[in-house]
Amino acid sequence: MTEALLIRGRLFDPGQGLDRVGDLLIEGGKIAWLGEPGLAPKPDVPVLEAQRLIVCPGFIDLHCHLREPGQEDKETIASGTQAAARGGFTTVCAMPNTQPPLDSGAAVDYVLKRATQEGAVRVLPIGCITRGRKGEELAELGELAQAGAVAFSDDGNSVADPRLLRNALEYSRSFGLPVIEHCEDASLSKDGVMNEGWTSARLGLRGIPPAAEETVVARDIALAELTGARLHLAHLTTAGSVELVRRAKEKGLPITAEVTPHHLTLTEERVMGAEWGWLGRVPPRHQPLNSCAYDTSAKVNPPLRTPADVLALNRGLQDGTIDAIATDHAPHRLVDKLCEFDLAAFGISGLETALAALLALVHIGELKLETLIEALTYGPARILGRDTQTGLREGAPADITIFDPEAQWVVDPQAFASKGKNTPLAGYTLRGKVMATIVDGRLVYKDDSL
Amino acid sequence: MRIREQSQLYPPITKPTASPWQHRHILDLDDFSRQEMEFLFHTADAMKEILGREIKRVPTLRGKTVVTMFYEPSTRTRLSFEMAAKSLGADVTSITAATSSAVKGESLVDTVRTIQALGSDVLVMRHPCSGAPYLVAQQVASSVVNAGDGWHAHPTQALLDLYTIRSHHGGVEGAKAVIIGDILHSRVARSNIWGLTIMGAQVVLCGPPTLLPRFWGQAYPQAIIEPDIEAALADADIIMVLRLQRERQQGGLLPSIEEYVRLYQLDERRLALAKPDALVMHPGPVNEGIEIAPEVAHGAQSVIEEQVANGVAVRMALLYLLAGGAH
Repeated sequence: MTEALLIRGRLFDPGQGLDRVGDLLIEGGKIAWLGEPGLAPKPDVPVLEAQRLIVCPGFIDLHCHLREPGQEDKETIASGTQAAARGGFTTVCAMPNTQPPLDSGAAVDYVLKRATQEGAVRVLPIGCITRGRKGEELAELGELAQAGAVAFSDDGNSVADPRLLRNALEYSRSFGLPVIEHCEDASLSKDGVMNEGWTSARLGLRGIPPAAEETVVARDIALAELTGARLHLAHLTTAGSVELVRRAKEKGLPITAEVTPHHLTLTEERVMGAEWGWLGRVPPRHQPLNSCAYDTSAKVNPPLRTPADVLALNRGLQDGTIDAIATDHAPHRLVDKLCEFDLAAFGISGLETALAALLALVHIGELKLETLIEALTYGPARILGRDTQTGLREGAPADITIFDPEAQWVVDPQAFASKGKNTPLAGYTLRGKVMATIVDGRLVYKDDSL
Repeated sequence: MRIREQSQLYPPITKPTASPWQHRHILDLDDFSRQEMEFLFHTADAMKEILGREIKRVPTLRGKTVVTMFYEPSTRTRLSFEMAAKSLGADVTSITAATSSAVKGESLVDTVRTIQALGSDVLVMRHPCSGAPYLVAQQVASSVVNAGDGWHAHPTQALLDLYTIRSHHGGVEGAKAVIIGDILHSRVARSNIWGLTIMGAQVVLCGPPTLLPRFWGQAYPQAIIEPDIEAALADADIIMVLRLQRERQQGGLLPSIEEYVRLYQLDERRLALAKPDALVMHPGPVNEGIEIAPEVAHGAQSVIEEQVANGVAVRMALLYLLAGGAH
């Protein structure tokens, strides 16, 4: 499908303030025309009926783990990008904590090549900040940039040595690419498995205090100010972090930040079982634990935090302190999660539930649809310097997501395209479903009901 | 075929019994009612009588299998469970981390599925990871008894503590129970907070702030946090002293053991602040001269040895109730 006509969809593009029913014509991988229903210049092409569906720019995920090369039993570029397509993502940025890590031009090349061969959606690799992600010496950032890396990150770890991070920020300026920091003080978070708070006290689990994130956010902001480099903060989780970024932005520093769908919708209580933690559902303190407690599907780093943090993250998204929503899709095998909580892997397989989980916030009136779509499209696009290629406009690449905001479905991880079935939303009934995903004019995913 | 369908539609009406016992697993005390605990203690009284006989054995659980699975070193708890099971005539099999396939890298889930396949009625487990018994309870058909999981819970210890208090004071309703020491890392403290509170006591927690962090107040609103040991001990009816592990000093949580002794050791001077008949308890093993002065540990108010003796009776009662004795 390089030519198609989407008819009677609700064309929705927050970047242009567009929200009206219309038709959209795709030709040669680009958006050729959009306008009033029935007026398309070339109606003699395959038609996709989009009535009652939202047609918006394709989602961009700044942060996902495709696991290839090295951990193909958890995910591959093929399975991960299919999951992305099902989730409405037309572009995904692949984090470099693979085996080997993406710290060389050859490794970046490999990912790009595999993505061309097998990728359902566009894959943009992120290169390491330090060689081997060891935090000891700079990776060859120039070589990485030349090979096609779109950012640098040691995601999974902070760059612990402030001097090394300072140098990375200075050096990265010559390529104009952002440095993405995973903010976590490894000493404060040592051996922690969930948020430090009442739930960890109750469950007898070692906690990760909010300060483990905030001390590094504060340090990184100071280094960004010192160097003038572009710093992007990955997966913020605490009210304190949001406040630090807000103040940094007020000073005019070139800092951006992201938040994940799970940190916007779930709280630490989710570890106690599936009935708690979703959209602020907190058990009374005298509630006995049931045998579903210690739910490893809710074990994620950074951890799920408190209702006050979730609220602050939401406010941060609404006032522009947080620029983008990124999934931090982290697929794992069953055995990585079917074990003691302390031993379970951190991470949530998030690509295929992101939109529906976030729409829950829209349905309960906690988030505007335009804020949500903005944070999934233009927000990440600006961070990547791709905002001119984003949007429903004539001549732009036909990267389009079509979803039904009302359709209800039950999350069944076994139906995921991702190899990672690890989701805390299994069995949840969600409202909002991706119906089709179009990348460069190609229909890469279509729901059976369409 | 039709008959079977009908019997599913109309399950046989069971006679109401006097037993308030609801548990299939013993994971913690948070899901116990006061009636259940009273019922358990009545049963333990009967077990204590058996243990006082010349032949300390009854065939009540003959043909039943109790598996003890200890992934952490333990002497008293494991022995206590094994003696309890044998006194009731059950077959007992023991697995330790060293003898299990865990050393070969077998997962806990695989191990317990194997145990289940070989047949076990009650699985008694201790594990260094908090929550491990919850994972196991989801995987097996047998009853699971938590004999200590990480920092989280040690329900049978708390039950035998309550049973010991009951035999001295008749109960804990309205009593002030002080728990002193390394609260943060203590599964005994956590289970006792539930047990004591459900039975009507007022729990007071006392320890250095690194071992009793602020957020505990949100986790256990039913307990009072009192950092000052003198205030905590004033008019106490029950004093539970927790073991202080030397790792806490090595981990940077305490400046020195000596300072801990100065600030938090239960000595005779501090004990005098409590009620004259206050009970001194300790889950063991005791570090004499660290968390508790030797003369207090062996003093007239100490019931530490009794706790150990009562452990067998309480665990017999639990095994009896879990392995079908109640039905």
